[in-house]
Amino acid sequence: MVAVRRVMLGLAVLAAAGELAAQGAPPARTLLVRPGSALPTLAAAVAQATPGSTIRVAAGRYREPTVVVTVPRLTIVGEEGAEFDGEGAHEVLVVRADAVTVRGLTFRNTGVSQMQDRAALRVAEARDCRVESNTFRDALFAIYLQRTTGCVVRDNDIRAAGADETSNGNGIHLWYSPGTRVEGNTIRGQRDGIYFEFSDGSVATANVSEGNRRYGLHFMFSDSCRYERNTFRANGAGVAVMYSKHVVMDGNGFLDATGSGAYGLLLKEITDGALLRNRFVGNSVGLFLEGASRLDIRDNDFRRNGWAVRLMADAEDSRFRGNIFSGNAFDVATNSRALRSDFVGNWWDAYRGYDLDRDGTGDVPFRPVRLFALVAERHPETLLLLRAPVTAVLDAAERVFPVLTPQVADERPLMRAPR
Amino acid sequence: MSTVSLVLRAGIRDLARSRWLLAYAAGFWAVTEALFLFGGTGPQVVLSLLNAMLLVVPLVALVFGTAHVHASREFTELLLAQPLSRRAVFLGLYLGLALPMTGAFLAGIGLPLLLHGAAADAPRLALALLAVAGALLTLAFAAVAMVIAHGVDDRLRAMARAIGVWFALTIAYDGAIIAAVSAFGDWPLERPMLVAMLGNPVDLARVLVLTALDATALLGYTGALFRRLLGTALGPAVALVALTAWAAVPVLLARRRFLRRDF
Repeated sequence: MVAVRRVMLGLAVLAAAGELAAQGAPPARTLLVRPGSALPTLAAAVAQATPGSTIRVAAGRYREPTVVVTVPRLTIVGEEGAEFDGEGAHEVLVVRADAVTVRGLTFRNTGVSQMQDRAALRVAEARDCRVESNTFRDALFAIYLQRTTGCVVRDNDIRAAGADETSNGNGIHLWYSPGTRVEGNTIRGQRDGIYFEFSDGSVATANVSEGNRRYGLHFMFSDSCRYERNTFRANGAGVAVMYSKHVVMDGNGFLDATGSGAYGLLLKEITDGALLRNRFVGNSVGLFLEGASRLDIRDNDFRRNGWAVRLMADAEDSRFRGNIFSGNAFDVATNSRALRSDFVGNWWDAYRGYDLDRDGTGDVPFRPVRLFALVAERHPETLLLLRAPVTAVLDAAERVFPVLTPQVADERPLMRAPR
Repeated sequence: MSTVSLVLRAGIRDLARSRWLLAYAAGFWAVTEALFLFGGTGPQVVLSLLNAMLLVVPLVALVFGTAHVHASREFTELLLAQPLSRRAVFLGLYLGLALPMTGAFLAGIGLPLLLHGAAADAPRLALALLAVAGALLTLAFAAVAMVIAHGVDDRLRAMARAIGVWFALTIAYDGAIIAAVSAFGDWPLERPMLVAMLGNPVDLARVLVLTALDATALLGYTGALFRRLLGTALGPAVALVALTAWAAVPVLLARRRFLRRDF
């Protein structure tokens, strides 16, 4: 009798469990991964995890094949010193489920692959992931989001030591990942620090991207994005933003991009965007505009650049207002005789006019394109004559008889620096 | 005591009494001081100082040097009447002219920098190069002044020639380069351009300081040779060696002229 009852009870429990499984709502659990314990690997824990579970990873160095997460709403939290090693051969963690959080882990050493975009942490075809406060060292690609929606990548520390562009991938890579927020990350020594492609409506805030081999930020086909208060310093080719509409860039620092192919900020085929309150300091070319039109370029600082602004002939209808031009070798250069952009109410350190009516703006227009800039544009070898007295003579002559330089002028140059 | 140092000390004593030299040092002091007071940030001060140095140092060295050689003609003749080696007399006279001028220049830019605590945000390497370049330019143009003064006895014509040399090297030379580049722009001009820079001490001094100060624009140029020269220590090293050579060659010319001259 007792035995029968036991069997009945067992059956009932089984049935109940089956019912729960059918409803898809097993109880959320907390699992602890620790070397030498019953759960020695992350893979083992993920296999036991149910939706909504939390996996804690204790300190230790974990070497295991690529872990694939398919359980939604999983939270993986690393304790101090929890390190995953790609052993120079494979990806570490791939997330293919919605609303997964990865926090506080250290990822190392994916090795270099010429066959695949190998990433330490890949999130694919998922929504609402959170990647927070992780550390990445020597990953080919560190964080790779493909076809995700609404993810947040925050406060990660990414560093790589790849020697060149081919043995090095991107720090934070977004591909078809709209609505992503990238905040407060630090990226050094990758190929591109942050890479956006086909990721509309994304926001990058307060990231530091420096010393990357190619671009600090590489940005294409991503409309209506914003990036604010980021710092891009000493990246091989600077920052490139291309083929996008309605991009807002506010309060960023574009610093120390030097070299013949380096631009503080390169804008190509950008329309209806805004550049506000950015700092362009110490770049070979501060702001380069090619095919960029209808931009509102306001309250930026251009200091100590080779060329503060280079406008190509196909850049149209942009408006420069309230910007500071100080200590640049050339304030504005162009390859065209006619410049179809407006400069109104900027401050130029080279302005030598006066303000008799005391309205705060100069009474004589300022022509920012120097004759020597035109000469150097046509014959770059003459750059070696930079700051030679003869260039001042040329410019003075051109100011008296302006015949060669494009008729671009700031009609109301500011008498005092606005900031 | 050797002849050289005797003549040198006499020259220095003579120049120390000259108000010209004092005014020269004071002028540089005033310019440097004013730049620090009103000029804003460190790099811009050095840039302005560079522009002033490139124009003023060769001009003063040439004009003052020529005038000085003519003014001390009697002293020179007196020396040559003594049983002294001509070579030693020349060296003493040259150093007696060049060293006080170099000292005046260095004091003029150096003392304000020291007083302002070496300008916290000023690029030190660029400042050091500026001082070295200015000193070498002084040495070179003092020698050029001696070449001119010992070749032309008429004071006015010598002065005109000195100013002519100054104009040719600080302005006309670079103007001619721009004209030539515009005319031959279809040819590869990277090498000729670099050679042209080597041919003028004023250009050398300018490029030397710019490599440490304002390389952002220079590095923007695509030429491979340029980049190798300007992006590494090689460029400044070459410029420094060439500038030193530029200080040495006019001295040899002046010496030759002095030794052969029939006073």
